[in-house]
Amino acid sequence: MEGPASSAVLEVQDLDVRLAGRKILDQVSFTIAPGQFTGLIGSNGAGKTTLFRVILGMQSASAGRVLRGGRARPRNDHLIGYVPQKFLLDPDLPMRARDLVGLGLDGHRLGIARPSRARRALVDEMLEAVDASSFADTRVGRLSGGEQQRILIAHALIARPRLLLLDEPLANLDLRSAHDVVALLARIAREQEIAVLISAHEINPLVGVMDRVVYLAQGRAVSGTTEEVVRADVLSKLYGHHVDVLDVHGRILVIAGAGDQRDLAGHEGSFPEILTT
Amino acid sequence: MTAQVAAVFAPGLFSSEAVHIAAGVGALVAVVTSVVGVFTVIRGQSFAGEALGDIGATGGSGAYLVAVGPLWGFVVGNVIAAGAMELIGIQRPRGRDLATGIVLGASIGLAALFLYLTTTSQSTTGAAVTILFGSVFAITSSTVPMIALLSAIVLATMLAIYRPLLLSTVSFDMASSRGIHVRIVGALYLFALALATALAAITIGTILSTALLIGPAATAVRLTKRPVLAILTGAAIGIATMWVGIVLAYDSYEWPPEGNGWPVSFFVVTLIFIAYLLSGLFALRKPRRSPGPTERSGAAAPAAES
Repeated sequence: MEGPASSAVLEVQDLDVRLAGRKILDQVSFTIAPGQFTGLIGSNGAGKTTLFRVILGMQSASAGRVLRGGRARPRNDHLIGYVPQKFLLDPDLPMRARDLVGLGLDGHRLGIARPSRARRALVDEMLEAVDASSFADTRVGRLSGGEQQRILIAHALIARPRLLLLDEPLANLDLRSAHDVVALLARIAREQEIAVLISAHEINPLVGVMDRVVYLAQGRAVSGTTEEVVRADVLSKLYGHHVDVLDVHGRILVIAGAGDQRDLAGHEGSFPEILTT
Repeated sequence: MTAQVAAVFAPGLFSSEAVHIAAGVGALVAVVTSVVGVFTVIRGQSFAGEALGDIGATGGSGAYLVAVGPLWGFVVGNVIAAGAMELIGIQRPRGRDLATGIVLGASIGLAALFLYLTTTSQSTTGAAVTILFGSVFAITSSTVPMIALLSAIVLATMLAIYRPLLLSTVSFDMASSRGIHVRIVGALYLFALALATALAAITIGTILSTALLIGPAATAVRLTKRPVLAILTGAAIGIATMWVGIVLAYDSYEWPPEGNGWPVSFFVVTLIFIAYLLSGLFALRKPRRSPGPTERSGAAAPAAES
């Protein structure tokens, strides 16, 4: 039983989250349609991980609601696949990459997985889909960051979710690996009709791939296409002060600061501040 | 040839009832401790395993005081201690060692009192040595059904929670996003650990029980890259060390100082240690797949966000 076919995979409506009296999310609303690739952009501390935890049901909201597949309480536990923020797997963990992918299929079940040809074929197919066949039998903790990321994506995908959530999957990856992971996700979204919501503090690796962007700052959000959202007037309103959006040789720079003192060489934390790149 | 065989397998070895019980119980407990121990190793909870072993001294000496079998003491003491660790917060990443340490300290204090009372009020001077260092030869046939029952409970529990526990061990977040009740699974594992250390304590003594819990499992984790194979390998190593230890201990009745034999637990633990060292050679021999230097160093940085 799937949810109503026409409705959005995910609807976030007027979501408020308070943690220890502090407002983390403030009236956040957006929707994700089936197969849509959405970037959740915001600097560290903007509330991206909290938003993910609410979507996954691991954190409760103070107000507002989240509909997954049209329901507040989804019947299907596998509606959403999740790749958590980068964590380091123990290099000595006695587990091959394919074992971790297999746990994505039935890791929530009791007992031990009975090996079968069908199960193995599913795992192989998923390893193939993320270009991980060549290191399928390596200890998962000994893989590089980009390789581990692909295994975690396969782990999340094998249960056939309709929405894939990825928390900062590009952090700590070199440019080339980041590009590969984004291309892989775009292909999965397109070919398998799986919606992707990916959080990042950099917008540029996702430009050209994203169907929509949810831009998060100080707990508030605006959403739309990149052209609709990443504009000086829209983001100035979101941040509550003037920001500039610059196009530097095809790269987007979002900069806070007074007009005359602009300094493109200024790095994060200096004035004027580059908010997102 | 016959003489050499007789030198290893001393006369009477195969007909002794104590040896039969020791070999059977030793093998069963080696399987149980491997199933639990592999998870203890990969979850990084060796300290909790060691603590529950030591805490067995409290239960064991308490059992002497009230004149019941030490296994009852180990089981009751360990389950209470595991419950206290759970309540204090052993499942919180920062609370893990703290919860273990506090319960261990309190428990060893009690053991000091119990051992004092047993040695002063009763004429069981050997109580301390028996509880701390144990002997698989001292297990009576009346204890065997209890050992079998406890083993069955541990194995059934571990079999039931195997996959959710494995996924929770890889990542708390990944497991709970799949609807796994990570805390309940963790508590059930702790319960299995408490019983497994009780079984290890009756087999080779409370102080040495960690060796049986951690040693074969840690060796197996080095040798194989699949979780189920690690458990089977650990069980095989555990059984082998138990059995060789039993044979050597039996033989040692002929060794100086004459007549008494050496402690079987000494042999078992020494063999486990040697197996671990040998597995290190095996691990060195295999080329390590080296991850890209930039990615590894970047990934090592803590990535915390609200």
